[in-house]
Amino acid sequence: MALDSSKTTGFKYVGTRPDRPDGFDKVTGRAKFGADATAPGMLFAAIKRSPHAHARILRIDTTKALAMEGVKAVVTRADFATGLTGENWNILENVMAGDTALYDGHAVAAVAATSALSARDAMKAIEVEYEILPHVTDVDKAMEPGAPVIRTGAADASVPEGLHPNVVRYHKSGHGDVEAGFAEADLVIEDHFVTEATHQGYIEPHACLGTLGADGKGELWCCTQGHWNVQKVCAALLGLETSQLRVTASEIGGGFGGKTTVFIEPVALALSRKANRPVKLVMTRAEVFKASGPTSSTSMDVRIGMKTDGTITAAEGVFRLQGGAFPGAPMEFTAMCAFAPYDLKHVRQVGYDVLTNRPKQAAYRAPGSPMAAFAVESVIDELCKKLDLDPIDTRLKNASHEGTRASFGPKWPRIGLVETLEAAKAHPHYTAPLAPGQGRGISCGFWFNHGGETSVSLAMSEDGSAQIMVGTPDIGGSRASMALMAAEVLGIPYENIRCTIADTASLGYNEISHGSRVTYASGLATIKAAEAAVEELCARAAAKWGIPEDAVYWEDGCAKPSGPNAGDFEPLPIAEITATMGATGGPINGHFEATPEGAGVSFATHIVDAEVDRETGSTKVVRYTVVQDAGKAVHPTYVEGQFQGGAAQGIGWALNEEYIYGEDGRLQNAGFLDYRIPVASDLPMIDTVIVEVPNPGHPFGVRGVGETSICPPLAAIANAVSAAAGVRMRQLPMRPSRILEALDSAADG
Amino acid sequence: MVDVALWSGLRPLVGGRDSVTVEGGTVGEILTALRRDHPALGPTLDAGVSVVVDGRVIAASLTEPVHPDSEVVLMMRLKGG
Repeated sequence: MALDSSKTTGFKYVGTRPDRPDGFDKVTGRAKFGADATAPGMLFAAIKRSPHAHARILRIDTTKALAMEGVKAVVTRADFATGLTGENWNILENVMAGDTALYDGHAVAAVAATSALSARDAMKAIEVEYEILPHVTDVDKAMEPGAPVIRTGAADASVPEGLHPNVVRYHKSGHGDVEAGFAEADLVIEDHFVTEATHQGYIEPHACLGTLGADGKGELWCCTQGHWNVQKVCAALLGLETSQLRVTASEIGGGFGGKTTVFIEPVALALSRKANRPVKLVMTRAEVFKASGPTSSTSMDVRIGMKTDGTITAAEGVFRLQGGAFPGAPMEFTAMCAFAPYDLKHVRQVGYDVLTNRPKQAAYRAPGSPMAAFAVESVIDELCKKLDLDPIDTRLKNASHEGTRASFGPKWPRIGLVETLEAAKAHPHYTAPLAPGQGRGISCGFWFNHGGETSVSLAMSEDGSAQIMVGTPDIGGSRASMALMAAEVLGIPYENIRCTIADTASLGYNEISHGSRVTYASGLATIKAAEAAVEELCARAAAKWGIPEDAVYWEDGCAKPSGPNAGDFEPLPIAEITATMGATGGPINGHFEATPEGAGVSFATHIVDAEVDRETGSTKVVRYTVVQDAGKAVHPTYVEGQFQGGAAQGIGWALNEEYIYGEDGRLQNAGFLDYRIPVASDLPMIDTVIVEVPNPGHPFGVRGVGETSICPPLAAIANAVSAAAGVRMRQLPMRPSRILEALDSAADG
Repeated sequence: MVDVALWSGLRPLVGGRDSVTVEGGTVGEILTALRRDHPALGPTLDAGVSVVVDGRVIAASLTEPVHPDSEVVLMMRLKGG
């Protein structure tokens, strides 16, 4: 029998809103997060960190620390693998400094002791002698002639000659003749924009418990977005055979991209190997800020030309991103996402990846894209104002759609940008009256989404229920989505399916939960695994009835004869088949392994109303509407949550959040008291509209939704604030002091 | 033979052309041919690229088919948060 569950309408379970499977555990405290792991004989670890932004490490003396009561082991860089190259070397250098501390908070040693207090005391007793070096933390200053060189020879082949050694990667793309395009414009606006580094702000700090024996066998429990990646990287950094390290992902208290790499896990394992005891390591909040992976900060120039009828004639952007002391700032995504929403005949985008004395950046929801949208959508907003054009009509006039050429090269397949713009225009928010002192902002945003290596296993139980094992940590409700998609194929209730995040010893390789890939890729694999199980269920029914397998089909959780010629048999329910599976051929399972490459890109349009207090410079977001293409919303409540979460984080990024470095190169606000993320009282109710333009690359039409929602907010809020204040805001965050400065500057003319 | 469009940062490495023509029926064969016929692209390919085939972004799979009339565009490798 041929089995293909592909469909985009007529769902029974997909698209419903059942209770989340992890809800009870989380509200009762039963859920086990990273810091909840314990083991007999467990030691506690603490990390010694550099107090300098840039310093040569002359000497590390651990004598006093090792002599303290309860101290069982100290590790430095000498306790890790040698001879690494490429990204593994970068990660090791970040996890434990070699001969140079590259940023405030860079790890230089670690200690394990019988209590957390003893570990902290011993950490303070480790003596480190430094030679302080010149530092630079600003992206523009890091590119200037004479700027301190963070690392020589770090630039790759993409970097043109003549640039500062801190420029380590370069990107240039586009098509057409931008100067000819600008010559056709009635109005050209060019402007400079700046955004500060922000942190993902996940509530759960990094935490792990590791045990590693002298035989090279180990176990690791940690909060992560990708435990196969943790396994692979830790094995490399410690010189282990990958399969000898078993990694289990805990429940995760937020990741947003920040938990796609390792920071402390190799350290816990190195200490365990030395002490021959399990070692627990939990970051403090200050450590999370100083030594995990915030976003890049940016310096951007954007120029756009427009005719009086709203046609964009040309666009150009230069995007400079610092990614800390290591290559990897996502400048190519900033460049490629910048003009993606628009069908442009002439476009050019350039990106620079720049080293500074800051922590190694990590992904944060659609890495690089929100900053690009801030710059580009601000200029489009200004053009619309100057030419007296409606901002949504203007975007519709220039919108990318199927068959138009993307600014980064290929022609678009079926995409849903136009649908989000039309839905935004039709939404009551767009035409609602504004109160005095308020302004309205619009922005579009784009993210690619991703597929990636994926393995899923599904096993039927004797009572007809099913268990699914996936390898992508659940960072946004994927266990519910997997269960709904399996329910749709198997034809059994959602509640009869349990989805578990398997450890690295229990399932094949899975790429990290990133790139908004989980509901797409693990979902596709779950559907295929369920189809494999259904095929076997039908085969068992065929054998029971004594008819060919292709004369049986599956519907509503039952095997049925395909027609009168197949025979007159009553439908055979799933539980009757599984009840006897041990005696009719053995356990019934399904599995699927692949690298799905049909991820559908996603667009969003946001509408924001903001109110500015002209006396204090304070801004309040008073109304917010997110319109986004989800392809197919498998669990709409979770999809709406992703939309709202992206908007909420965007509000923080736009208005308050920033890494503040002093002249000494040290981080000044490494805590939630001084680094202000939005709390509930800062937020309006965030309205959502789910647009569904099916992705042809997924059996049910799913597109990723987790990242695109953070692409438009910076620009939409900036456009709203600029309208309310009557002055263009070009730098984030738009904190009160910055708004007052802008108002004063405008008043001075 | 398949035309492979290059992002503009790569064009100086192939004599200023905006695309090159290589032989191959899969993404893997295309990348092998690019390395062989245009060694200057090697470091970029080694650093990781995605290959867009008829609008589908192929991030990893070397076995994805490519037809002579396919639109093929090189793109820097995708990742996400």
